[in-house]
Amino acid sequence: MTTAVLPLHRQLGITDDELDAIRDRLGREPNDLELAMFSVMWSEHCSYKSSKPLLRTLPTAGEGVVAGPGENAGVISIGDGLAVAFKIESHNHPSAVEPYQGAATGVGGILRDIFTMGARPIAVLDALRFGDPADPRTRHLVHGVVAGVGGYGNCVGVPTVGGELVFDPSYQGNPLVNVMAIGLLPEDRLTLAHAPGPGNLVVLFGSTTGRDGIGGASVLASATFADDDPSKRPSVQVGDPFAEKLLIEASLELIEARLIEGLQDLGAAGITCATSETADRAGTGIVIDLDAVPRREPGMEPFEVMISESQERMLAIVRPERYPAVEAVCRRWGLPVAIIGRVTDDGQITVVEGGLDQDGRPRPGARVLARIPARALTSDAIVHHRLAAPPARRRPAPAPGVPAEPAELLPERGMDPGAVLLALLGSANLSSRRWVYEQYDSNVGANTVVGPGDGAAVLRIRGTTKGLVATTDANHGVGLLDPWLGAALSVAEAARNVSITGARPLGVTNCLNFGDPTRPEAFWQLSEAVRGLGDACRALGLPVTGGNVSLYNESPSGAIAPTPEIGIVGLLEDVTRRVGPAFVADGDVVVLVGEATPGLAGSEYAALAGVAAEDGPPVLDLAREVALQRFIREAIERGLVESAQDVSGGGLAVALAEGAIWGGRGARLRVGVRWAPAVELFGESPSRLVVTCRPRHVPAFLLLARQFGLPAEELGTVGGERLVIELTGEGATGAAEARGSRVADALDVPVAELRHAWEHGLVRALGEDA
Amino acid sequence: MTVRVGVVVFPGSNRDRDALHALELAGAEPVSLWHESADLQGVAAIVLPGGFAYGDYLRAGAIARFSPAMRAVSAFAAAGGLVLGICNGFQVLAEAGLVPGALLRNRSLRFVCRQVTIAPERLDTPFTHLIGERRPLRMPVAHGEGCYYADEATLDALERDGQVLFRYVDDDGRPALDPDDPANPNGSLRGIAGVMNAAGNVAGLMPHPETAVEPLLGSDDGLLIIRSLVESAAGRPVAGRKLEAGAR
Repeated sequence: MTTAVLPLHRQLGITDDELDAIRDRLGREPNDLELAMFSVMWSEHCSYKSSKPLLRTLPTAGEGVVAGPGENAGVISIGDGLAVAFKIESHNHPSAVEPYQGAATGVGGILRDIFTMGARPIAVLDALRFGDPADPRTRHLVHGVVAGVGGYGNCVGVPTVGGELVFDPSYQGNPLVNVMAIGLLPEDRLTLAHAPGPGNLVVLFGSTTGRDGIGGASVLASATFADDDPSKRPSVQVGDPFAEKLLIEASLELIEARLIEGLQDLGAAGITCATSETADRAGTGIVIDLDAVPRREPGMEPFEVMISESQERMLAIVRPERYPAVEAVCRRWGLPVAIIGRVTDDGQITVVEGGLDQDGRPRPGARVLARIPARALTSDAIVHHRLAAPPARRRPAPAPGVPAEPAELLPERGMDPGAVLLALLGSANLSSRRWVYEQYDSNVGANTVVGPGDGAAVLRIRGTTKGLVATTDANHGVGLLDPWLGAALSVAEAARNVSITGARPLGVTNCLNFGDPTRPEAFWQLSEAVRGLGDACRALGLPVTGGNVSLYNESPSGAIAPTPEIGIVGLLEDVTRRVGPAFVADGDVVVLVGEATPGLAGSEYAALAGVAAEDGPPVLDLAREVALQRFIREAIERGLVESAQDVSGGGLAVALAEGAIWGGRGARLRVGVRWAPAVELFGESPSRLVVTCRPRHVPAFLLLARQFGLPAEELGTVGGERLVIELTGEGATGAAEARGSRVADALDVPVAELRHAWEHGLVRALGEDA
Repeated sequence: MTVRVGVVVFPGSNRDRDALHALELAGAEPVSLWHESADLQGVAAIVLPGGFAYGDYLRAGAIARFSPAMRAVSAFAAAGGLVLGICNGFQVLAEAGLVPGALLRNRSLRFVCRQVTIAPERLDTPFTHLIGERRPLRMPVAHGEGCYYADEATLDALERDGQVLFRYVDDDGRPALDPDDPANPNGSLRGIAGVMNAAGNVAGLMPHPETAVEPLLGSDDGLLIIRSLVESAAGRPVAGRKLEAGAR
């Protein structure tokens, strides 16, 4: 190839073998418009062409699942005739290019997935990941993304109740913006995104169609890129939360009045995607009257109309006799509405210029611009079986059990545990997220029982005694070393965060953020992570009800750490009996359930202090994890628990400090050291809980732990204004002294000092004044 | 007979459902009033809810004041009817000139959502009489433009005439008069969180009493304000149906 001009299919991101596959499906050459439609529908973002074979291995069946993967959002029945809809999705590349609009439209897109199902959105959680917080560009991205999430969510009136903000060098050139939304619906309102009934009208309502977001799915979402490339800005959509608010109300009104047969939002790939997916699901076709699409600007090319990702639009399938009523609802909410086509029985997506007649057939003189089987664009899109290969420099998997002398591997010489704890609490990743979440309306809707700030979010379900608990989690630190373990730990931690409130986890949604799948190492990371996700979900009995895959998260500074973002929703039967992480009363007994295992690699301690090259990540025993979660739910059910916090980022010492800070009271504790002080205090080995109990409940609590086969030991009591942790046992002072590591044998810090470090860490890291 | 209280629903209102819920808890019969209609449906009091009416394009509350419903609300207020504007509703009232002052962008230039503490300056109004004593009330704020502003002369007059209804206070109940006081969430002058018109029948406040109506949600202090409104409305004449003539 010597000419400078690439053939059109390559310009559109279609490979030569994909072009052959398109020819196979059409039995002819595609024209330019058809090629454009294939290019967006066969993009990684829309087709899951690399990840589909992996995703098929995930468990999707489970108690109460009403809608699973393949629909716009997962839906699970929660009794009382109600169901919860939830899903997480990425908007990474748009946010890297234009942080405010990228994040804002990320919120808008996931909300549409929820109300498309007939559910009223009741909560948003945002999981954000960036590079170095001291870097000016990172700060610019953080400001833009946080303002975008808030600007959209606050206006549309859905509370942002939780999420994450994580900094890691691997996200420097490629930030992650994952947004989860949750909705509530009466089960009989469940609405599906399908186009049944040939002869039915295809109705577009909401905003008009413009040139924004052309090729967002293919140009942005499905290719690696140099960061901050201004030439990609036109591919970022522009959001209008006011229009979305009207769209929510109009859509729910249409559903409630049972005026529509099917509903689909317009997201990636616009009209092309909405028509082909709804038709394919119903086994029908759709003929599109291109001239009928209301436009924002004149002179738009047919391909622009067909693939525009203009925001805040919905496609409804309507029986002809009901159209006047549909039109009236849209007009009442001030939304443009138009009939843009008909459902057909030919299985084809047909694009017509020049108008349709009364029966939906092209008028005399009209031209058919494109005609593609709906299946070819969606369920029969190309699937790539990518090569997976572990990196050559990969560490050997840690042997089951332990390295011979874990203490020898620790960089803890001269460590002052109190100083390390303060440094961890004040670190960019573990300090208070208040600066972020105060910019989000977290209580609109008057359902927020526990908002952002301490642990999983809790929402009450009005008209019942029930509550929903929601969280997002991803362990990127371990994922970089062992993607199977990183994914399994992410699921375990998210489920644990739900279980420790007393709620039963219902199901999992996931956003798989990975690198370029054509690189064998990146595809290996994805395959391993999906295997870990599946293994953990099967062990915990959790169905995966949907999610999304974001690949090509690479920039000139490299690929991101594998980041399987896990969203879990749980159900509390009695929301008034929820348990929180804060210490509740002086005199309560602090109990540690579970035991530390060695392995500091991937931890926040390692990020702070470094880690010996031979050290690996901690092991995960899924059977232990399952027992732990069943145990804590049972203990809460029996009324034995005052507070519960899991041991995760920053380890046991941080979990204890959080209980103290949030409860406004200290504790006097003794921690037995089996391995080494850093492992016990700051290691992040999973399947551990810090629980406080009334003294009279301790015997029953310990007995119950024994019945579940779980180690549990009393650490001490809540009270006072200081957090005091004495280290005891063989691995502590004596042995440490003998090794010459001179670790102090106690940690003794006023709670006020812990709180100060925790409250100011993030604003200091970001260089904010308050 | 239960008293009917209306909540005006603008396109972009998003705490309208919360206000309806709070009114119901307070024993009223809540009535949703659509912005395009000037028919106030015989309600005895009106709440303008929080949200982003008409998207808050141009300026918060700037477009909403021209709606048919607001024309009817103005007439209702002029006739002595009780009107409570919350958050965006306060902004609409200020734009419509029904209460004094203006709401500017928060001093931090950021949206702020947090629990705040306010205290009533007056206990003898239709909006506060059930509070009983001057004590701190906990409820959330959630706004980007809540910084209360008026010129010095107007502020002096408001103080003199008892039109300051609520102030932000710290945990010990001391007024957060300084715009930079941490207990003042938005930089409001003299710590003002809510004001009344001179006649004492129209009030606006930035915090959300309608969200603080159940202990489960963190506070039920706001219910005192909502119940004050409902109880006061019970003895009042209802909005006249004659306004229907002006409806579109």
